[in-house]
Amino acid sequence: WVGKMVVSSQLENANPLIYQRSGERQVTALEEDEDVVDKIDDREIFDILVRAEHPLSLEELNVLEQIRVKVSDEESAVSVEFTPTIPHCSMATLIGLSIKVKLLRSLPERFKVDVHITPGTHASEHAVNKQLADKERVAAALENSHLLEVVNQCLSARS
Amino acid sequence: MKDSLTLLSRVSAHPDSRCWFVAWNPTGTLLASCGGDRTIRIWAKEDTNWVCKSVLGEGHQRTVRKVSWSPCGNYLASASFDATTCIWMKKTEEFECVTTLEGHENEVKSVAWAPSGSLLATCSRDKSVWVWEVDEEEEYECVSVLNSHTQDVKHVVWHPNQELLASASYDDTVKLYREEEDDWVCCATLEGHTSTVWSLAFDQTGDRLATCSDDKTVRIWKRQGAGEEKGVSKDEPSWKCILFYLYRCCSCKNPLSNALATACGDDAIRVFEEDAGSDPMQPTISLTAHMPRAHTQDVNCVAWHPKEAGLLASCSDDGEMAFWQYQIPSRGASK
Repeated sequence: WVGKMVVSSQLENANPLIYQRSGERQVTALEEDEDVVDKIDDREIFDILVRAEHPLSLEELNVLEQIRVKVSDEESAVSVEFTPTIPHCSMATLIGLSIKVKLLRSLPERFKVDVHITPGTHASEHAVNKQLADKERVAAALENSHLLEVVNQCLSARS
Repeated sequence: MKDSLTLLSRVSAHPDSRCWFVAWNPTGTLLASCGGDRTIRIWAKEDTNWVCKSVLGEGHQRTVRKVSWSPCGNYLASASFDATTCIWMKKTEEFECVTTLEGHENEVKSVAWAPSGSLLATCSRDKSVWVWEVDEEEEYECVSVLNSHTQDVKHVVWHPNQELLASASYDDTVKLYREEEDDWVCCATLEGHTSTVWSLAFDQTGDRLATCSDDKTVRIWKRQGAGEEKGVSKDEPSWKCILFYLYRCCSCKNPLSNALATACGDDAIRVFEEDAGSDPMQPTISLTAHMPRAHTQDVNCVAWHPKEAGLLASCSDDGEMAFWQYQIPSRGASK
């Protein structure tokens, strides 16, 4: 899949719709209590993902929305749907891979991470989803130094 | 059912990495493991402990995905994401890389030695399956490149006593190949899985083939008719494993004849057995062991010991290997 990830010099979607960012997390009294172990929740996963993107966050592009992030701490399972900005977005696999890598790096190893395209929002939805679910291909992709660099750029925090 | 699989020991095999695959040598005295740390490790049992006897670290530049012992046990072949396959020769204590097979365009996913020892098969993300011939001077020559699959080829296995090769692919199919007039040809395509087929295992006789897939099912295929010419077709009805990704299944050779073990992406190991007296054309198969948290992460591989009844090795993304004793639950017991 490396071939598909050469970043084009021309913008595919030069004028994307910009969405409002959600506010800061409201911290509850229980969460401030250091003696209580907080479970990993949807908002925490969402914050992990949208905190680090540039130049526009995946939230502002509506690629990620909190309602499309599902986590079950008890079952050690995370499911994230992302929405490419246009149905033919050639970056969909790279965005998905970056989201997956970010979660694998951030979460305890017991978690099963499922990243897929919001149904009906991309022309190659099935192919991209299958690629992202194939851990052998993901492992091989992350051994490719060029690709890893692109993923890391994708994940780097805004300055 | 819980008592049918007992943990014997756990070994940190590839620390801070994942262990992708384990393989017993033909006599069962050595176990080879390989992983994301680019190494192959050779293990032997001393008293009750599994001890690492050698680390084969110089052969590959990237993940070592699978390994296969030659039938004589003197050679080990390793398939790597670095697009090469190494052939290691066993010296008294050490292993030496004697040949590196090149030719695949990218990651080699699997390697398998034919029962005769004179043929080797490899497969790759480049969608091809290669058949290699080994001559008396130990030279390896590619005799056929098979391009039957339309996607990444995940696994190859040989029939236990014939020169029949099977491959599993990301294109959701299984293909079978045989030699015909000096060339290798695809002689059957097994369609039915609805996602990537990850692994294959023949039973002892080679009449049946088990396949496992990302569609969360294991399918058993039976060769139809007595003649070889009829090829292989699906045994209806297939039955379903209701849980997550099954990365590897393996059929036992002896003496637990047909116990089928699966390694699964839900961290579990399961063993299935055909019910006594079930119709061979429409077998009924029961889950006889289920170890829900066999490892702390995905189980990548299970391998039955070739000699010791019911001894099973497994390995995982958590970098560990585990050894299990499987006991057939007593028939008719109403537990």
